[in-house]
Amino acid sequence: MSEALIAEPKQAAGEVVLEARDLERHYEIGRSGLFAQAATVKALRGASFSLRAGETLAVVGESGCGKSTLARLVTMIEEPTAGSLKIDGIDVATATAAERRQLRRAVQIVFQDPYGSLNPRQKVGTMLEEPLKINTSDDAATRRRKAMEMLERVGLRREHYERYPHMFSGGQRQRIAIARALMLRPRILVLDEPVSALDVSIQAQVLNILAKLQEEFGLAYLFISHDLSVVKHVADQVMVMYLGRPVEEGPREEIFENPRHPYTRALLSATPVADPNRRRERIQLKGELPSPISPPSGCSFHPRCPLCFEPCPVDRPELLPHGRARVACHAVTD
Amino acid sequence: MSEAIEPVGDKARLDTPPSVLREFWHYFSENRGAVIGLTIFLLLVAAAIAAPLLAPYSPTGQFRDALLKPPIWQEGADPRFLLGTDAVGRDILSRLIYGARFSLFIGTVVVILALVTGVILGLVAGYFGGWLDTGIMRVMDVILAFPSLLLALVLVAILGPGLMNAMIAIALVLQPHFVRLTRAAVMSERGRDYVTAARVAGAGRLRLMFVTILPNCLAPLIVQATLSFSTAILDAAALGFLGMGAQPPTPEWGTMLAEAREFILRAWWVVTFPGLMILITVLAINLTGDGLRDALDPKLKRS
Repeated sequence: MSEALIAEPKQAAGEVVLEARDLERHYEIGRSGLFAQAATVKALRGASFSLRAGETLAVVGESGCGKSTLARLVTMIEEPTAGSLKIDGIDVATATAAERRQLRRAVQIVFQDPYGSLNPRQKVGTMLEEPLKINTSDDAATRRRKAMEMLERVGLRREHYERYPHMFSGGQRQRIAIARALMLRPRILVLDEPVSALDVSIQAQVLNILAKLQEEFGLAYLFISHDLSVVKHVADQVMVMYLGRPVEEGPREEIFENPRHPYTRALLSATPVADPNRRRERIQLKGELPSPISPPSGCSFHPRCPLCFEPCPVDRPELLPHGRARVACHAVTD
Repeated sequence: MSEAIEPVGDKARLDTPPSVLREFWHYFSENRGAVIGLTIFLLLVAAAIAAPLLAPYSPTGQFRDALLKPPIWQEGADPRFLLGTDAVGRDILSRLIYGARFSLFIGTVVVILALVTGVILGLVAGYFGGWLDTGIMRVMDVILAFPSLLLALVLVAILGPGLMNAMIAIALVLQPHFVRLTRAAVMSERGRDYVTAARVAGAGRLRLMFVTILPNCLAPLIVQATLSFSTAILDAAALGFLGMGAQPPTPEWGTMLAEAREFILRAWWVVTFPGLMILITVLAINLTGDGLRDALDPKLKRS
């Protein structure tokens, strides 16, 4: 390994690198007529969590629960409507221009679709060097060297430097995307369903690379996924979201061994288990995900919840500690 | 590296790295008309460049002893003049060869003018959206609502007749097409993940617009540019014919037609040859443009 990479200080494991408090994001959606009221979609309705260096926080939930909105807020592509987001102890909303530039470098993202996330007209080398060109004063030779090193780190070869994205397979493209995200040596990597577009055999390969890189750089991962078997493999902490709010949050073992929230239980029961002896009872949810334009009153899960009782339609449950996890449900009492 | 991860699954794809140019030529050469068009166009370019070597006489040199001589295969022809002479004794072949220079010059300048302004306006409209987009696009709609030649004519009337002004007028008339194409392409590319990735990497607006997005919008623009090239030549010829473009004695094809108008019945060759040149040139470029569209537009690609 080259000296340039060794010289960089590893960040202390366990240090909080990202802290979110009651993050909200609303979207105005277009009016259909001149006098029609504009509707507001509340994609994210108050999410709080923290992320530590060297740790993976997995965010799970079905489509439309606000996972990807969360990713867009954390990467500062969009501004939160309400709530605060602190990266490296700096509040994003009040950061100065110089601090913002620095924060941008600290958070990078890998997208789900490796075909849409690489510029088809850019060579791999140009793509990897672009972040350095914009953000650092490295000369061309240094940039090239760093790009080459990163290519090898993600398991690609030096000669791939001169190639265009269409010459690569899905798994290789995703590795290029990871390499690009790591060029600026970020502290946080947002992984927005990074393996769900890949074959299962390639998935494992990409996940292994991610694990290796996390260890090398002490990265914090915000791992967004709907695939619980993948989450079980990579996560340290798990946050289950429903309709823009976390409903259960805790260490991986706790969530998988002892799920408390009825929604978490339903999600886990829907995951296929490759063990004929461990037949689990399948919990089937009634109905569809409600529209985020007019979410149900009280606990937003109550219309579909098998445990629904009197307070549920009226009173919104808070995230309260139960065991090692935190759960937002009236029916959970242990 | 302590533990290298083996790159896998890249054999089949990388054995024959498809060169972009070769792939382009593969699709382009499937269309025979396009290849013929391109050949004729290249011949025209060569003729324009080598005009002083190819042309037997000066384009403005007059032979007082040979007025309105017919082409060589007709009775009463003067063997010195292959395609005959015009009313003041100038060699038509020489004028046609020099005329190619003007037509290609007009096409190039007009397309560059229209392309540059059109792409910039379209990028701004598509990237920023909102009232800026609405403003730019409504102005373009107004320009498009006029019959193009009529608008060009009005503009030349205001600016004053002359080749340069005619080119500016035609560029202005053609540029809304570029704006609309660019805008549409930019709007579809703007939301793609690779643009977001560049933004997260810290790319500024200008970089996003010109370095990230624009190169991905080029295919339809190249096609539109070729087709506009022929429109520009045609419009310039029309303006020349109406006396608003290149002024005599410039050997521009449209102007040649205008000068020869009164001899249509007596001497067919004075009008026929410049007209034929315009026809051939425009046809060749349009064929090339069609081939380019087939080769560059992924939606029309047959796999």
